[in-house]
Amino acid sequence: MRNNRSALAIEARGLVKRFDGVVAVDGVDLAVPEGAIYGILGPNGAGKTTTLRMLLGIIEPDAGTRRILGADRPHDVSHAIGYLPEERGLYPAMKATEAIAFLGALRGLPLAEGRRRGRALLEEHGLGALADRQIRQMSKGQAQQVQLLGTLVHRPRLVVLDEPFSGLDAINQGRLETMIRALAAQGVTVIFSTHVIAHAQRLCSEVAIIAGGRVHFAGSVDAARNRIPAQVRLETRAQDGPWRAALPADARQEGARWAFPLPDTGIEPLLRALIEGEAGILSLSIERAGLHDAFVAIAGEAAARALETPTEDAA
Amino acid sequence: MTGRLSTLAGAYVIARRDFVAILWSRSFIFFLIGPLFPILMGVMAGSVGSHVEATVASPQIGLMMAGPDLDAMLTARSELGDGLGEGAPDLVVVRRLKSGESADPKAALADRGINGGNLSAIITGTPAAPVLTGTQGRIAAWRGPVSLIAAKASGHGPDLLPPVALSPTATSTAAQNRNHILTAQGGQTLLFMLTMVLAGMVLSNLVEEKSNKIIEVLAAAIPMESVFLGKLFAMLAVSLVGIATWGLAGVVIHGAGGSALPAFAPPAVGWAMFIALGVAYFAMAYLVLGSIFLAIGSLANTVREIQTLNMPVTMAQLMVFFFASYALARQGSWVEYAGIAFPLSSPFTMLARAAMQPQLWPHLAALAWQGLWVALFVRGGAALFRKRVMQSGPAGAKRRWRLRG
Repeated sequence: MRNNRSALAIEARGLVKRFDGVVAVDGVDLAVPEGAIYGILGPNGAGKTTTLRMLLGIIEPDAGTRRILGADRPHDVSHAIGYLPEERGLYPAMKATEAIAFLGALRGLPLAEGRRRGRALLEEHGLGALADRQIRQMSKGQAQQVQLLGTLVHRPRLVVLDEPFSGLDAINQGRLETMIRALAAQGVTVIFSTHVIAHAQRLCSEVAIIAGGRVHFAGSVDAARNRIPAQVRLETRAQDGPWRAALPADARQEGARWAFPLPDTGIEPLLRALIEGEAGILSLSIERAGLHDAFVAIAGEAAARALETPTEDAA
Repeated sequence: MTGRLSTLAGAYVIARRDFVAILWSRSFIFFLIGPLFPILMGVMAGSVGSHVEATVASPQIGLMMAGPDLDAMLTARSELGDGLGEGAPDLVVVRRLKSGESADPKAALADRGINGGNLSAIITGTPAAPVLTGTQGRIAAWRGPVSLIAAKASGHGPDLLPPVALSPTATSTAAQNRNHILTAQGGQTLLFMLTMVLAGMVLSNLVEEKSNKIIEVLAAAIPMESVFLGKLFAMLAVSLVGIATWGLAGVVIHGAGGSALPAFAPPAVGWAMFIALGVAYFAMAYLVLGSIFLAIGSLANTVREIQTLNMPVTMAQLMVFFFASYALARQGSWVEYAGIAFPLSSPFTMLARAAMQPQLWPHLAALAWQGLWVALFVRGGAALFRKRVMQSGPAGAKRRWRLRG
């Protein structure tokens, strides 16, 4: 986790994009530190892909500014950027090495060097057997990995991945997580969008929570989780007694178990009251809020429900 | 350097990929045999052309005689009417000779300024002793009809036919005209076939990118104009490979077939220049049509949509071809100049002109004119292409390419 960096790989201010009068992105601010793994978290249709496309210069914002790797125009640093769009695609007749080299050539890498690096990357990631295989002869997961390697072949300083985990099985998702961590370890900034909180929680140092085209939170994962108080989980032998008066009014009871937010006064006064009230404590734990809880608290219950229910037409 | 590739460098990356992909695809085989199908259309169009040729370039015999003799010949021809049989030549006045003036029929036949260069033979002398000057084949065939006309002009019937003296020449302007028209038609038809074969391929050129979802990768990395130019010039390069292949096959077939094959007369500008101009006009025709078709094709997402677009595109091409063929038969008229000025028909019309007229400077002017239009069409096509391919939005456009997230 890297925090408090002064250099920013991406700095966006007030990005706005409308499509036929409908606001898709409404004043998005982002500050992505160099070398961070940054997650853009939001339900389908939140504006994640549009935001990424504006950052990359694929579409121009209607308002706002963005600065990418120190450049005002994303195209000025195109060779230092790798981009994996949500809708993956390669030429089916191309062999893996050629496909990687072609993607590198689009970013200015000479074709011969692209082929050489492509073979090396395939070997490095255990895909050497695919080097001379056509894309059409591969599984979807294999093709996605080849495209990801093509995204990296020109050794970018900034890698932008739009929903990189979608369509991958659990094994390949794990491989991708490893790859992202390895990139960050090399100092590469990785920004990815996802609607699956678990990936963001495992990988990201910082996140932006987007819903309805707006950023509801941007900062470290810790800061997001700290937005809501820790949860106390208590199990008692006694069903009732004077100790009950020590529990907060919003405590939820499930049989002999209780759950409630950690009181502002801390755990010690509560613990003392429970013991003196003869609650018969069987277990007591303080659990830090997860990113999902933070998302619910920040973006709302509706956005959280939409978060992990992908729709066919969503981007 | 960290900036993105320039438009031309990006276009080169796309063109290289497309060129190799097409050359190694099965569809290239179909591309190579594709002209066989338009040849059938060319034959059909040729029959229309031959009708035009027969109408416009029907041979005529000029008269260079003393006034009374000339009038008598014209009257006799008129009175005989259709009695001379189908295909009998018309008589036209070339020169009404004054007393003591001599005629030079061979010089008159070589002069393209006389009667639009459509004279096949010239009658001199008198009705009692006519002299027929022209190419050997023609004057031999017309000896009989001319004798009949002369007999009637002399006040005799068919029982007393005057002898017709024959004065053969190597060629005549009409014979040259006819041969040039055939060469012009051949050139136009070949040019039409090539552009027609390419049209379908250019139209469907972007479907692959769209169906493979690779278009966004391209859009993120290079200017969209590069994609447009790369695809346009890749197809041009592929078609030049095709032309080289067909040319080689033509040389081999000609070598094997020898004199059994019909031979085209040398075009007015000569074969070498005609072929060079043909390649230049093909490139111009392709770039103008290709930029339009590529932009139109960017609207389509599926092969089915391409098939729907194919019909109006083919019809439009046919209209341009027929217009150019029509202009061919009207050299020097406003129709020809309109055909030259209209950018889509200009290459076809000018190629025909190269077969018919020896002057070269009009071709330089026409190529410059067409080059201007190519620049405009490519620029406009690229702008439209970018707008269409990159169009985004939540409703209708979302069907083309989703850009919201």
